[in-house]
Amino acid sequence: MTIAHHPDMATLIEYAAGTLDEAFAVTVSCHLEVCDQCRKSVRSAAALGGSFLCEETGVEPLGEGSFGRLLEKISAASETPHTAPDRVSELERGVTRGIPLALSGYLDTDLKSIRWKRIGPGVWQKPIPLSPGASSSLRLLRIAPGRGVPEHGHGGQEITLILSGAYRDEIGHFGPGDVADLDEHVEHKPQVVSDEDCICLAATEKPTRFKGIAGRLLQPFVGI
Amino acid sequence: MFIPSATIPERGMNANADLAQRHRALIGRVAEDRDKEAFAELFDWYAPRVKAMLLKQCGSSEMAEDVMQDVFLTVWLKAGQFASSKGAVSTWIFTIARNRRIDVFRKQSSRHYVDIGEMEFADDAPESEEVLLSGEQDSLIAQAAATLPEEMREVIHLAFVEEKSQSQIAGELGIPLGTVKSRTRRAFEKIKQQLEGVL
Repeated sequence: MTIAHHPDMATLIEYAAGTLDEAFAVTVSCHLEVCDQCRKSVRSAAALGGSFLCEETGVEPLGEGSFGRLLEKISAASETPHTAPDRVSELERGVTRGIPLALSGYLDTDLKSIRWKRIGPGVWQKPIPLSPGASSSLRLLRIAPGRGVPEHGHGGQEITLILSGAYRDEIGHFGPGDVADLDEHVEHKPQVVSDEDCICLAATEKPTRFKGIAGRLLQPFVGI
Repeated sequence: MFIPSATIPERGMNANADLAQRHRALIGRVAEDRDKEAFAELFDWYAPRVKAMLLKQCGSSEMAEDVMQDVFLTVWLKAGQFASSKGAVSTWIFTIARNRRIDVFRKQSSRHYVDIGEMEFADDAPESEEVLLSGEQDSLIAQAAATLPEEMREVIHLAFVEEKSQSQIAGELGIPLGTVKSRTRRAFEKIKQQLEGVL
């Protein structure tokens, strides 16, 4: 897979620090599965976290008998039969279903059997539920060949990962594995250029954050 | 030519590199021999730091203590898996604590981090990176971070130590989000450049 468009380095650093909200973190994870270069960057950024943990975080006195209590938890845990899921077969299952591993826990179907909801001519979506604490939204989008969406800006950050097909916009050509990491100042008008539908995973900030009537009117297209 | 106090940080660096090597050896003993003494030594060093990190998020000492113990339960259970990788112990413990923090304090799933983490274990890191990750990395990074201009250091510190998102940092410092992002990018580039110069 040749990847031309990557997440912003600032986004990868937020990912490593653990401060990206869930929808964005899942989307970045899906990209990392196919991008060695970004995985390496995230690894270096996590090393920064490790260094700061050792050198800058400070120390906090532990509770009385802390290690003893930990040992009790350990013996309790070893008595419970360990039923860790088999990651390798899970990965294979994800791959055969045509969806990234990081997404497989959120979707119980393959890409072909998704029940899409039409939101415009040649544009469908599938919202993906996240954890209760999430302040971002995640959805799959499917856009028909030759179709596009009206020119739109964004009410906040938006990260889109192409899973299949391709589109072109003012920024360039986006194919499988590519990421469009856009801030609120970018306006674009993506047009699908592949013969097949273009399916992408789109993370956005929660629509409640968008202000004004214009933002609400554009909501069906937010995340595209 | 005057060489500015190069010997002092170097001594500190070697001491830290020794410590990093020591931690790897201890993890090896935990993984292979289920050695509780080795585990206790790692706990003594890391537990107060992990607790301090978690306390910044939750404010309750009891809760930070509980979550810290969960982190070390994971360290015990997954030591075998980690021992076969090339990474630094500090990086690994940081990522476990980060994931628990997301699960517990932000009530979000960190499952995707685990997936990616397990892929990284399987990665064959290139030679130079192995050196970086296994040995002197913590002290080299800390030194590189210390030489950053204050405005860059600040955004990196707020992200990794205070665990603030870039928009929170922008709000706190009263600067545009774009400025936080560009400072973050430049800081990371500078740290990477300095590390490459050493290796």
